[in-house]
Amino acid sequence: MSQATLSPTPVARWSDPKRYLWLLGPAIPLIGAAVLAGYWQTQQSWLLWVAFALVHAVLPVLDWVFGEDASNPPDSALQALENDRYYSWVLYAYVPIQIAVTIGGAAMIAMVDMPWYDMVGLAISVGVINGIAINTAHELGHKKDKLDRWLARISLAPTFYGHFYVEHNRGHHKNVATPEDPATSRFGESFWAFWPRTVIGSLRSSWELEAERLKRFNKGVWSTDNENLQSWAMSVVLFGGLLIAFGVVVLPYLLIQAVYGFSLLEVVNYLEHYGLLRRKNPDGRYERCQPEHSWNSNHTVTNLFLYHLQRHSDHHANPTRKYQTLRHFDDSPQLPSGYAGMITLAYVSPLWFALMNKRVIRHYKGDLERIQFAPNKREALMKKYASFAADVKAGRA
Amino acid sequence: MKYRCPNCDHVYDEAAGDPHEGFAPGTPWKLIPDDWSCPGCAVRDKVDFEPVNEAA
Repeated sequence: MSQATLSPTPVARWSDPKRYLWLLGPAIPLIGAAVLAGYWQTQQSWLLWVAFALVHAVLPVLDWVFGEDASNPPDSALQALENDRYYSWVLYAYVPIQIAVTIGGAAMIAMVDMPWYDMVGLAISVGVINGIAINTAHELGHKKDKLDRWLARISLAPTFYGHFYVEHNRGHHKNVATPEDPATSRFGESFWAFWPRTVIGSLRSSWELEAERLKRFNKGVWSTDNENLQSWAMSVVLFGGLLIAFGVVVLPYLLIQAVYGFSLLEVVNYLEHYGLLRRKNPDGRYERCQPEHSWNSNHTVTNLFLYHLQRHSDHHANPTRKYQTLRHFDDSPQLPSGYAGMITLAYVSPLWFALMNKRVIRHYKGDLERIQFAPNKREALMKKYASFAADVKAGRA
Repeated sequence: MKYRCPNCDHVYDEAAGDPHEGFAPGTPWKLIPDDWSCPGCAVRDKVDFEPVNEAA
């Protein structure tokens, strides 16, 4: 097992230095609310690109400026930190603001006379809020508390991604870093090839998981106990309510923000396990998910905005561990930048491959057989990287 | 008998079953499918669960 880096601070005096910085999480939907209010007052188009720029430009720069933080809470402080309800309230705060922003955005589309490109900008702004909300839903959905789990599903309603609650916990975590997981990207697979595979594959997986569970009750998949159908019903109520209240004019807004929002989640999925592969044990089961099976980052700013999502190895080892106690492992593979910077690179596939492929090969110490390739590119890529892999093996690269 | 997930401490109690997972109260451990994953964390399966020693 990995050794967590121990803090030298005596336990009695240890207090969480990030305690109040975690409020940056719910600050995201507040920024969205401020953008909407600002546009309402001034109708300045640039305001509608503030949230987009925050994710794709400001956070990457802040990650570069503030650098990395690999510190962990001392082991003896973990239990108290885990039990502190304050950290749950930080998560809960996101959800009502997010829903208010979604409704407010629809109201503005209907009431403010705006050009089409401002409608797009508004939808993207709200898409950022509802996309990052999937990260909040992710944290809440892993918890055993009923309230947490319900809020997770409400938080997924605006992106129509309620099935993520089922698929992520019971599908992705079970199958991560194997060819069976639609949400693990493969070496040589571009984000644009990954997108349809993960969107459709995750939907199918969530459907099958619920069908299997319901079969044990002797119920069909169309039962009202189907948690996918329950979650989608929330989306239908939200979308239907907004369409009735504001008219069909809000439909493009609803669709754009939903697709952009869940695509933000999928691009994060893309970079979390790129090219990584668990081996099969002699008994036919996959080896347990180890720290080496997730890409991590200690970049401080994105970690604060995303509730330590980038301490991804510990999350996969201990899925029910709360964000405030997630630890950095020294032997976990590290990305060159924070997730915010990496998602922007992921859209530009040649750049992504240039930055990541050799990193994957180094991670596996030049053993190409250990990499999870996109099946249709395996042969060509094995050939292309043969000499680099040999250099890595020989310690020359 | 009770069985505990070694990862997240989720407990399967034969007396209570697990209605959400489709196991009625009284469902014995041996009737739980081998490939059933822990409903708490999903990263351990039935075969990984450990019997809970209630005397201890």
